[in-house]
Amino acid sequence: MSRFFVVRRLATADVRRHPVEAALLLLAITAATATLTLGLALHGVTNSPYQRTRAATAGPDVVASVLNLASGPPARHHGGRHRDRGKALFGETIFSSGLGPPTKQMADLIALERTPGVSAHSGPYPVTWATLRWHGLIAGVAAEGRDRAAVNVDQPLLTDGGWVRSGEAVVEQGYADALGIHIGDRIRLNGQAFRVGGLAVTAAVPEYPNAEFAFGGDPFPHPGLIWVTRADALRLATSLRPSYILNLRLREPAQAPAFVNARYDLPLSLISAQGIEQEDAKLVSVEQRALVVGSWLLGLLAVASVAVLVGGRMADQARRIGLLKAVGATPALVAAVLLVEDLALALGAAAAGLLIGRLAAPLLTNPGAGLVGSAGTPSLTASNVALVVAVAVAVAIIATLVPAVRASRLSTVRALADSARSPRRRGRLIALSTRLPVPLLLGLRLAARRPRRAILSAFSVAITVTTIVAVVTVHANQAHQFIAGFSAIDNPRTDRINHVLLVLSVVLVVLAAINAIFITWSTAIDARHQLTVARALGATPDQISAGLSAAQVISAIPGAILGLPAGIELVAALRHGDPTTVPAAWTLIVVFLLTLIAIGVLTAIPARIEARRPVAEILRAELV
Amino acid sequence: MHATRTPTQTGPVLRACGLRMDYGSGTGLVRAVDGVDLEVARGETVAVMGPSGCGKSTLLHLLGALERPSTGELWLAGRRIDQWSEKALARLRRSAIGFVFQAFHLLDELTAAENVELPALLAGRSPRSARLRASELLEQVGLADRATFLPSALSGGQRQRVAIARALSNDPEVVLADEPTGNLDSAATLEVLRLLDSLHSSGQTLVIVTHDERVAATADRLITMRDGSFVEETRLTHGTSARLVDLAGFEG
Repeated sequence: MSRFFVVRRLATADVRRHPVEAALLLLAITAATATLTLGLALHGVTNSPYQRTRAATAGPDVVASVLNLASGPPARHHGGRHRDRGKALFGETIFSSGLGPPTKQMADLIALERTPGVSAHSGPYPVTWATLRWHGLIAGVAAEGRDRAAVNVDQPLLTDGGWVRSGEAVVEQGYADALGIHIGDRIRLNGQAFRVGGLAVTAAVPEYPNAEFAFGGDPFPHPGLIWVTRADALRLATSLRPSYILNLRLREPAQAPAFVNARYDLPLSLISAQGIEQEDAKLVSVEQRALVVGSWLLGLLAVASVAVLVGGRMADQARRIGLLKAVGATPALVAAVLLVEDLALALGAAAAGLLIGRLAAPLLTNPGAGLVGSAGTPSLTASNVALVVAVAVAVAIIATLVPAVRASRLSTVRALADSARSPRRRGRLIALSTRLPVPLLLGLRLAARRPRRAILSAFSVAITVTTIVAVVTVHANQAHQFIAGFSAIDNPRTDRINHVLLVLSVVLVVLAAINAIFITWSTAIDARHQLTVARALGATPDQISAGLSAAQVISAIPGAILGLPAGIELVAALRHGDPTTVPAAWTLIVVFLLTLIAIGVLTAIPARIEARRPVAEILRAELV
Repeated sequence: MHATRTPTQTGPVLRACGLRMDYGSGTGLVRAVDGVDLEVARGETVAVMGPSGCGKSTLLHLLGALERPSTGELWLAGRRIDQWSEKALARLRRSAIGFVFQAFHLLDELTAAENVELPALLAGRSPRSARLRASELLEQVGLADRATFLPSALSGGQRQRVAIARALSNDPEVVLADEPTGNLDSAATLEVLRLLDSLHSSGQTLVIVTHDERVAATADRLITMRDGSFVEETRLTHGTSARLVDLAGFEG
């Protein structure tokens, strides 16, 4: 018991003695745990909003439509499989056939209303493929003709304005957000003017940009959904060939996928509510992947941060460890004090990370404008909480164990003499350094004498550069996300992944900056004797300061080089095999150079402080 | 008592006037050096003795421009340096002052030759000329065959000889030695004394802080210090190599 008391008292005293280091350690682990919490919270984040939307809009269990544009056999969309069709079919010319809907297909569609297991339906509603022109934009839309009266299957929920009326259109909320359309705006559909009278959400069609999965034809890549009156839809399609869409409610909603599968041979397009839900989940799944990958990157960076912080404190604590041992502390007690302190901080960080992740989830995990509500209170299960806590504890243990054991084994006499570890000798690098200017000579020698610290530094920089390059690569690929053949419209998926990557990269950059500062600080403390001697021999404070910064920049170079391809590969992995455009070489060079400059600037702060310590004071202290 | 010396024809190499060094303030004020006047002529060896804590090392740090005095003037080779910037003082140390420390302060990861050449490299000399100079100096201190040894592989006396060689790397105006034999056994002390004496003979200006009378006996002048002030000055009669062993009290 007394042993526990001593450990607790010593650990608490050390935290009080080094509040800044403790706070930074807390920050490093909190960043990792908060990100991991966000990633875990995104599991099933769309389920709840989709179900809410379904309930609020009397969502159908199955949506069936006529394939009026098909040139081959119809495809089935059980889970939202994308069909790349109609590439050549854009612009208004596709509507010039003047044919009505094929009789056989319409008969099959209408027959579904009476199929056993179907309890209710709405439609069929005409769907006209139209070009939308608005503020210079030209985009493809599916204009669904609806009645004024409410129906009991798929009645879109208005989020603003009123329901369809002649000459007025209601725009799907996600599409309106993507284009920046508001109530009262004037749009043109196939050349005819409409006023935007309302914005609404539905569970019958996947939200933008995946609406095509609910329709029988998809002449436009990523069409938007607009509701107009049935008469207006037919008027738009006067000389055209409309599709028809039918919403079905089943007695057994869970059987919807089986219902769709059983009608594979029909010349119709069918999609289940479960399939629509999967399509909606895709919007967030990219974010989730990015967040989970990002949280692991942050976790690794946190290990580096904690290792740097702990290592730095060890260098600073050698004498304290010697004193503890001199008054009778066993090696195990010394290791326990160090471990307990960091474990306590890690647990605090896990709690903070869980809280921040939970509170921040709605900001990052909005399921999309096309669904009702937001992620709100993400599902944090007990297993997720346990995982986050375990990661925090693992980070602390991995980073602390080696220095703690090393400290516990340090001889009391050496510890009292404040000589923690002998530096490594790198003969070739020392010989090479003689040919360099003094700051680089000092920098190379400082980097070479502690290779493990140099590796940590390179590792930290590699992770940061990986993330920055990933963001740059996403931007480089954005052009391929625009809707082809029409105006350039940002794909919400790209916007969302950009958003997530930006947040991740900011957190990573902050952590990496802390790492850089603390690695410099640790190096300065560890090399204080050598640097003091160099100053006594005539090195100026500026040369010492530049040498300390140069040591970090030299260590960072391999990390920055590794981070360049790693960032591109990370995006390629997140894109699941889609071709990835590599950013321009000059962009990568700029990232590389800016990283090194940033490290030089950041490390200059602790380096300058250290370089201005009075030489005589340090020499006197060493004789005490 | 102030130790003074008639300036030589070229003037003193090192001159301190009313040098004072305070630490702390108010009731916690500690006056480590209190109004020291000192002139050291070119080629002269001055030994400063006194009990521990009397301010010897602080005085040496002031003379070596490692810290600035609270008040007083400090002149080196005819230039007043007590007001110089830290950068200027570093350059001055590089070119005009050599240090020998009690704890040697050799860099553990560098060989003897690499330690000796470091001041020359810091001064911007080419690697080749720095290495040549280091070889000469190691030869001079009798350690040519230990050039590639790390400090950990050298005896205490050898380490201090390497440190002395390092102090001479840039042909300094003055070498300041702080307890150069403080960490050495008798045999090693003798090695170092012989080396210091040979430096003296070659005309190198030396200021040695020591509490060891045997070391002080080798100087031209012995100054005794107490409580930060000089209390006694003794001119020694040729404390040179001829009687070094006797003076130092060692067996030959």
